Amino acid sequence: MSGKPKISIRDLTKVFYKKKDSTTAIERISVDIAEGEFVCLVGPSGCGKTTLLRIIAGLEKQSAGRFEIQRSGEERPSQSMVFQEKGLLPWLTVEENIAFGLNMRHLPKSYVKEKTQYFLTKVGLEKFAKMYPKELSGGMKQRVSIARAFANDPEILLMDEPFGALDEQNRFILQEELLSIWSEMKKTVLFITHSIDEALYLSDRVLLMSSQPGRIAADIRIDLPRPRRLQDIRSHPEMTAAFTKIWQHLQEEVQGSRE
Amino acid sequence: MKGLYDPIETEKREWRRKQNRQKAKTGLTIFSPILLLLVWEILSQSGLADARFFPPPTAIAVAFFDLFASGELFSHIEISLFRILAGFLLGAIPGIILGLCMGLYAPIRHFFSPLIMAIMPIPTLALLPIILILFGIGETSKVVTIAGSVFFPVVINTAAGVLSIDSIYLDVAKNYGANRKDFFLKIALPGSLPFMLEGIQMGQAIALLTIVAAEMMGARSGIGYLIWTSYNAFLLKDMFVGLILISFFGYLFSLLLRGLQQKLLPWR
Repeated sequence: MSGKPKISIRDLTKVFYKKKDSTTAIERISVDIAEGEFVCLVGPSGCGKTTLLRIIAGLEKQSAGRFEIQRSGEERPSQSMVFQEKGLLPWLTVEENIAFGLNMRHLPKSYVKEKTQYFLTKVGLEKFAKMYPKELSGGMKQRVSIARAFANDPEILLMDEPFGALDEQNRFILQEELLSIWSEMKKTVLFITHSIDEALYLSDRVLLMSSQPGRIAADIRIDLPRPRRLQDIRSHPEMTAAFTKIWQHLQEEVQGSRE
Repeated sequence: MKGLYDPIETEKREWRRKQNRQKAKTGLTIFSPILLLLVWEILSQSGLADARFFPPPTAIAVAFFDLFASGELFSHIEISLFRILAGFLLGAIPGIILGLCMGLYAPIRHFFSPLIMAIMPIPTLALLPIILILFGIGETSKVVTIAGSVFFPVVINTAAGVLSIDSIYLDVAKNYGANRKDFFLKIALPGSLPFMLEGIQMGQAIALLTIVAAEMMGARSGIGYLIWTSYNAFLLKDMFVGLILISFFGYLFSLLLRGLQQKLLPWR
C-alpha cells in the first residue's frame, strides 16, 4: 500500500456546455496525493477548485480523465465532504446530523450511537446534542459538519472552504481543533481555501491553481513540523517566502483576468 | 427622582410599558368579537335591524341550546365532522404522496402538472352532479367532493415544497450515500413539510366551504343541511346556529393545525 498514492488524478477535465458556449472549468489536472497527506487547494475564485472537489465527491461528473481513491476495505465509504456553512440538515438535531452518514449506510444502531457520542464529545457539543442547527453559532455548525464527516470514517475527507464564513477568532479555533482530530485519525484530506494563512497553517502541501482553465500552477511542500503554532508560521522565513510566492501568483491571476 | 442615575429602574419601567402594551393587544383581540356581538344585539333588540332576519345573539344562543338539548345538533355536527375528516384524509394523503413524487422526479412532475393545472380551476362543487351520478347520494359522494377540493392545494404545495429545498441538502444526501427511500423520507418529506402544511391549511379552509355547499345540495344531515333547511323553513335562528358552528370549527381547525405546525417543525 505504501507506494500507491491514496488519490490519483489523471487528466481530469470538466467543461460546462451551454447553448454553443463552453467554458473549461478545469483542464487536464493530474496529481497524486499520498496516504495521510493534508493538501490545500488554493486559487482565485472561479478557478475550478470547487469543481474539482465536487467531481471527487461524486456530485459532478468529469468530461474527461479519471481519478481513483485507494480503498482499504469494502465497508468504508470512499469519501465524505465537509460542506460550506449551510451544509447541516436543518430538520435534524446535532446528534442526528452527526449520525447522518452512518444512518444512510444503515449501520447497527448501537454502533451509530457509540460513534456519534464519541465525535459529539470530540467536538465538545455534548450539551447541544438535541438542538437544531438554527440554534447554533456558525462555529458550532462547522464543528458538527466536521464531526459528521469524521464519524463516517471515509477513506478521504473533502472540505470545501469549511471556515470561510467564520470570523477570525473562530476560524483559528476551528483550524486548531481540526488539526487535533486529524492528527489522531490520520485521514487524507483535500481542503479548499482561499486564505493563504489557512493553507500554510494546515497543510503538508499546497496546490496552487490558476484560472480559466483551471490548472495546477504550483505544488508547494510545507515542511513545518507539527504541532504548529500560528505565530511560528508568521515568523518562519521559509513560510514567509511561500506566502509571498502564493500571494504573487494570486495577484497575477486576478490581474490577468481583468485584462 | 428626575435625572437620577438609575439604568435598571429605567429599563424596568420600559419593560413594564412593553408588557402593558402586549396585554392591551391581547385585550383588543378578545374585545373585537364581543363588540360585534354587542352591537348586533343592540341593533336587533332596538329594532334598527330587522329581528326576523338578524335575530339577536341571545336568541341564537337559546336556539343553540334547544337544538343541543334535542340531540339534533349533535348528530348534524357528528356527520359533518366525519365527512370533513374522511374527505380530508382521502384528499391530503394522495396529495402528499403525489406531491413528493412530483417534486423529486422530473418526469412525474412534467406528466402530472398539466393535468393538475387543467383540472384545478374547476370548482369541485361544479362537478357535484357528476360525483352524485358516480357515487350516489350516500356518504361517499360527500367525502369524495371534499377530498377533491383538499387534494389540489396539498399536491401543489407539497411539490413546490420539495422544489424549494436548497440544493446543498440534496448534495449532502448524495455525498453521504442516501438511497431512494432515504431521499424520500429523510430529505424530501421533512424539507417540504413547511410548504406542505401551508397547503393543508388551505385545504382545511376549502374543506369547510365545500362541506356546507355539498350538504346543501344533496344530503339529509349535517351542518350544511341544517343551514339550508332552516333557511327554507324560515327558522333563521337555527340557520345562524349553523353558520356560527361553521365559523367555530374553522377557527378550531386553524388552531389545531397551527399547533401541529409547531409540533412538526421544531427546527424552523
